[in-house]
Amino acid sequence: MRIFEPHAHMTSRTTDDYEAMAIAGVKALVEPAFWLGQPRTSAGSFVDYFSSLLGWERFRAGQFGIRHHCTIGLNPKEANDDVLRRDVLELLPRFLAKDGVVAVGEVGFDGMTAAEEEALVIQLAMADEHELPVLVHTPHRDKAAGTRRTLELVEESDLPPERVLIDHNNELTVGEVHASGCWVGFSIYPNTKMDEDRLVRVLSEHGTDRMMINSACDWGVSDPLKVAKSAAAMRAAGFDDNEIDKVVWRNPVEFFGQSGRLILEELGEPDLTATFEGNTLLRGER
Amino acid sequence: MRAPGDGGLSERLLDSDELADRLWERLDPDAADWLREALAEVGARPETIRRLFPTAGRKAGRAKLDPDADPDDLHAWSIDDAARTLLLVELGAAVESELEELYRYGDAAERRGLLRALPYLEIGDTALGIVDDAIRTNDTSLIAAALGPYATAHVDDAGYGQAVLKCVFSGIPIEPLDGVPERVTPDGARMLAAFVHERIAAGRDVPAEVWIVIDRHPPTEELRAIEAELESTVDERREAAIRTLEDRRMVSASGEALNETT
Repeated sequence: MRIFEPHAHMTSRTTDDYEAMAIAGVKALVEPAFWLGQPRTSAGSFVDYFSSLLGWERFRAGQFGIRHHCTIGLNPKEANDDVLRRDVLELLPRFLAKDGVVAVGEVGFDGMTAAEEEALVIQLAMADEHELPVLVHTPHRDKAAGTRRTLELVEESDLPPERVLIDHNNELTVGEVHASGCWVGFSIYPNTKMDEDRLVRVLSEHGTDRMMINSACDWGVSDPLKVAKSAAAMRAAGFDDNEIDKVVWRNPVEFFGQSGRLILEELGEPDLTATFEGNTLLRGER
Repeated sequence: MRAPGDGGLSERLLDSDELADRLWERLDPDAADWLREALAEVGARPETIRRLFPTAGRKAGRAKLDPDADPDDLHAWSIDDAARTLLLVELGAAVESELEELYRYGDAAERRGLLRALPYLEIGDTALGIVDDAIRTNDTSLIAAALGPYATAHVDDAGYGQAVLKCVFSGIPIEPLDGVPERVTPDGARMLAAFVHERIAAGRDVPAEVWIVIDRHPPTEELRAIEAELESTVDERREAAIRTLEDRRMVSASGEALNETT
């Protein structure tokens, strides 16, 4: 089984995790820029963090044969710091131009503040300008309202819905997000958000089009093998290999491939360069 | 700032024409169009390099410049390294004001290309801080790229010796380095020999190429300690000593054979 892990905060993980992920079939991943637990107090910390996502972490993943990509953005929690919001938004264009940056993100809402909304709207426009997809985080608290407001702002932006991935969905948000035309992400966690069996029920009800699953593994209680475990749960529930491959590989490749900046050569996968609706997913890559 | 050419050691400015010939030959028509336009843009407005430098990988390509090179060879230039070098050369005098920020905001591939470009640029020793930073990282591709002819000319003896030791420690082949063995001092040879002894004591191997450096300035005390390991009562240590001293004989014999033919 080949896995494209669309959401993993590898900066927080050990080399044991990389090794286990590689054995489980992870060949490529996306590490979204996010908060680090400890709030940052200067834009310089963001420069070093973004550089780490574009340098050191890529190198670390490569040691285990895993191709590392990232998303760059100002997360909603730290968008509430007025100085950071101004300074980091100013830095972003320089980093959004980089190879291997396959989306703007994670952006979205945390506490539903005006500052968060301002940062989200500005970054949706940046995604349009840099021809990148967007990875949107939905809030842990008041999720349904936060998700609805996010969809309204996407609607008001110049971005087509197929360039937007709304993440951390559950049974109550999946219907509305899927109907909007956006991509739908599920973070499978040991205790919170979503588990494998609930995911299987959701996929049985809503199908596998525009659906993606991730471990969102980070510095909290989380499990970097959740995509592989979800695939096993899908198989046990009767999904065939083609459906599983669609959810854990082809869907994320198709979504992030819209950036034209996936770096998937030399992974030895025969149909990585297969065309999708006449467009090669690796457009601009060679 | 030191003007190019007047700085001690073996400083020499490399000519980018030969590199350009090799690059153009490797570019497909789209990539060549992109590079022609990018060079014209940078020549006319130096600040456009901030936008063009990051895109070199996806526009020009990331394969090795030499199609026969091993894809895992840390020392082999890639097509984007060469394209980035030409962009920096095109900046002319403006290169000095752009270099620092291109490195600071560069991803690993951009930094690697910039480091490889340094000996082609008229910058004196002003990029020494960048080279030192790259050597301090743990990314083997950056360390290897930092140790080109620019480092040969500008890094001091102690720094160069430490960098070579770090390469051996990190698994970067040292024989292809521009300054090896000429730049390594007796103290650098001593550190490497001490490292060899440390590895033998752990029952582990070192690459045979370390002897090229060590035997340029053979350190009596460390070599005696290594030879004493042949009498070790611990099998792993004794066997590791036998293996590395056999490597030493082979390297020495091939060096002599080379001298006879030249």
